[in-house]
Amino acid sequence: MPYLLILPAGLWLIVFFVVPAVQLFATSLYDPSGSLATGYAMTGDLGNYPRALGDYWPQLLRSLGYAAVATLACLALGFPLAYAIALKAGRWRNMLLVAVIAPFFTSFLIRTLAWKTILSDTGVLVGLLRHAHLLGADGRLLATPFAVVAGLTYNFLPFMVLPLYASLERFDRRLLEAAGDLYAGPVAGFRRVTLPLAAPGIVAGTLLTFIPAAGDYVNAQLLGTPRTAMIGNVIDSAFLVRLDYPSAAALSFVLMFAILVLTVGYLRRVGAGALDAVS
Amino acid sequence: MADLRLTGLTKRFGALTAVDDLHLEVHSGSFFALLGASGCGKTTTLRMVAGLTEPTGGQIRIGDDDITRLRPYRRPVNTVFQSYALFPHLSVHENVAFGLRRRRQRDIDRQVADMLALVQLDGFGPRRPAGLSGGQQQRVALARALINHPRVLLLDEPLGALDLNLRRRMQIELKRIQTEVGVTFVHVTHDQEEAMTMADTVAVMNAGRIEQLGPPAQLYDLPGTPFVATFLGQSNLLAAHSEPGGENGELPVSAYGGRFTVPRDRCRAATATVYLGVRPEKLHLAGSPDAVPPGHQHVAGVVTDIAYVGVSTQYLVRTGWGTELSVFAPSTGAEERPELGAPVVAYWHSRHAFLLDRPDGAGDRTAPADLSVDVRA
Amino acid sequence: MRLGRWLADHWVLGAGLVVLAYLLLPVAVVAGLSVNRASSRLSYDFHEFTLDWWAHPCGSPGMCAAVVRSVQIGFLSTLVATVLGTLMAFGLTRHRFAGRGATSILVFLPMATPEVVMGSSLLALFGAARVPLGFATIVIAHVMFCVSFVVVTVRARLAGLDPQLLEAAADLYAGPWQAFRRVTLPLALPGIVAAALLAFSLSFDDFIVTNFNAGTTTTFPMYVWGAAQRGIPPQVNVIGTAMFLIALLLVALTMLRPRRARF
Repeated sequence: MPYLLILPAGLWLIVFFVVPAVQLFATSLYDPSGSLATGYAMTGDLGNYPRALGDYWPQLLRSLGYAAVATLACLALGFPLAYAIALKAGRWRNMLLVAVIAPFFTSFLIRTLAWKTILSDTGVLVGLLRHAHLLGADGRLLATPFAVVAGLTYNFLPFMVLPLYASLERFDRRLLEAAGDLYAGPVAGFRRVTLPLAAPGIVAGTLLTFIPAAGDYVNAQLLGTPRTAMIGNVIDSAFLVRLDYPSAAALSFVLMFAILVLTVGYLRRVGAGALDAVS
Repeated sequence: MADLRLTGLTKRFGALTAVDDLHLEVHSGSFFALLGASGCGKTTTLRMVAGLTEPTGGQIRIGDDDITRLRPYRRPVNTVFQSYALFPHLSVHENVAFGLRRRRQRDIDRQVADMLALVQLDGFGPRRPAGLSGGQQQRVALARALINHPRVLLLDEPLGALDLNLRRRMQIELKRIQTEVGVTFVHVTHDQEEAMTMADTVAVMNAGRIEQLGPPAQLYDLPGTPFVATFLGQSNLLAAHSEPGGENGELPVSAYGGRFTVPRDRCRAATATVYLGVRPEKLHLAGSPDAVPPGHQHVAGVVTDIAYVGVSTQYLVRTGWGTELSVFAPSTGAEERPELGAPVVAYWHSRHAFLLDRPDGAGDRTAPADLSVDVRA
Repeated sequence: MRLGRWLADHWVLGAGLVVLAYLLLPVAVVAGLSVNRASSRLSYDFHEFTLDWWAHPCGSPGMCAAVVRSVQIGFLSTLVATVLGTLMAFGLTRHRFAGRGATSILVFLPMATPEVVMGSSLLALFGAARVPLGFATIVIAHVMFCVSFVVVTVRARLAGLDPQLLEAAADLYAGPWQAFRRVTLPLALPGIVAAALLAFSLSFDDFIVTNFNAGTTTTFPMYVWGAAQRGIPPQVNVIGTAMFLIALLLVALTMLRPRRARF
């Protein structure tokens, strides 16, 4: 009986996720001197990996770096918001929650393009910053790493806020009163009580933010320049423009491997148990 | 006439035997309580009757029908669940109507209204369960089960989630409803007071078996096993040996060098290794053996603790051999109050003592140790 | 002193509202641009108020066709993913069986894989199997990444369901089918609806995976992407704003409905 229920979705995932992933791995071992037209020879050599890494390690490092900064920014911005909604908003709670989710429905491309408008050289924001001398007379926001990271932060912020909210929603405020009663000031109360209890949400939120951010190329494409290109841009063009499948496949696996290593290392540090509490 | 009859009912979970060869008859129209600590098998027994747990062996009969292997939705039995298990997506009216609708009955609205009136929830039909208090939810759960006119109504710790006052009120209420509808109630509880105030017959369960079964007053007055003596109220059980001989229906007993007697018809022991049992409220205190009234027996000791609990004062009296006896003295206002450290004698009338089987080598069991049993339950 | 105390109690709310403004700012810009006639095609200055774009949303060639296609793909993917995912969620909740852990991992993996990787590997599969790219391959891809989210959402709802409710149903003469129909399904429904909404928004909004597997078919996000290179037609902002308003309306409707029991 359970197998019958699981079979349809399970088969779908195996055929259209696992099989392609295995095939992608095989592709990464092809002889790179072939082409789509002439076909590839399966040589089983691992040469594509060092080649791809040698050519594109700056983009890979940049991706992981941007994603890490964006994830931290999401945490810094998302925590007050999630905390405010869960514990301070009272009867406005549902309204605020809707406000967090509603932008999802405006296509994320359109919203990213809106950021392009906001950050543009002739826009109000740049004008203000130049006027306040926070930005030089010809300083700009668009086409800088700042713009790309800001775009990533913006796009993935709800993925941070929602799990944080879910873990804070169950938070019993009387625990903070108890902490206060036991001589914990606001900072100690936050560090010793709120933060540990929000840990499952923090873990889930950082993973849900970091993983898609590291693979994203839309923000880098729309808000950045070739100098801010991320690994996603490289994979995308290797597949769709240069038609260099073996390199693209190798890069995909390098990306997945890098994410996997970072994720496992991270979960080791914070304790994988934190994740169980969420899922 | 027996309405519910369990024969050799057994349930094993792997190596654990939860219910062990249980034989039980519940008479039609009676209020029957299964009393025991958690893990004694009482809830498993109830679930087997409801059909929610499959027995490993044995038979369940209602009247002449064998229902042992019947699916739960085919049994003429309904349950009031411990957490009430009210359907959160349905109104009170639809919750109560649920069973009738499944059996495509007529005249549902009127029946539901009558039933809500019986449990004093007139007008609550359109409300949702989440908006009701614990006591009100309890009544909905009761109405939802009773409306189906079950041959047997099963109640699984139905008052466990209520506070003390509400629990008292619901005890009276449940008894009234049971008398009114005349349905056989089988009530599972760990609360001895609940069992004793409501039930006609109480079965004390321990380790998957029934230790003793009978009317509450009889169980209390003459418990059949050390477990019953200490689970149902408190008892002072002294390690003793019954002696041969005796006259006038009195059985001689020796304990710690003292000689006592117990009426023969109050002896539940099969061997000479016995407990001599006396309830704390059947013990009285006097300043010296001379003050003990005739026909009474006594042991000497020293008062080591005094706790005033309103209706009575509880004393601990340490005997010469070190055991602390528990004594309840009612607060009548006329009594003398021994002081802490005072030498006293604790005395009782032989018709209030009883004899129980004692495992070889087992020592005294007295009230303070038994309090821990209550806490665990 | 009073003020300090008030600030200490309320600064989090203030900070939260500032972050919320950050989240909503681009939507406001999109809404503004939807009623703006720019001075030139490549400029996004607020120049002149107009309702022309709202009056003629399909004025931009090809855009409405792309929107309709995205809606069709969204509906179809949502339907398939919701059915498959809900079945799997039931299978994973009610039963213990060999391979349960492996199945959970199988569900988790697509959520932890960057979209470029999923999109490119599917493209490689379709290429190797010589499947022509288009509407069907987009739906296949969308169902693939939506299923996991459906499973997780429905499963969370089912996990919160008190098993004693099903026993109560059985005790009250409901056979297995009736218990499912009268108790399990109504209680799981909010989770299933939420999962379907999530699946639709994921599908409607997807660009990266779609871009790999669309061939010459153009969905709305792909249309926007293409248009972004040349300067976005203002009607795009109309669609963006309209989607936002429709979402708000849907939420308002569900909130106005008679309150259902929560648990």
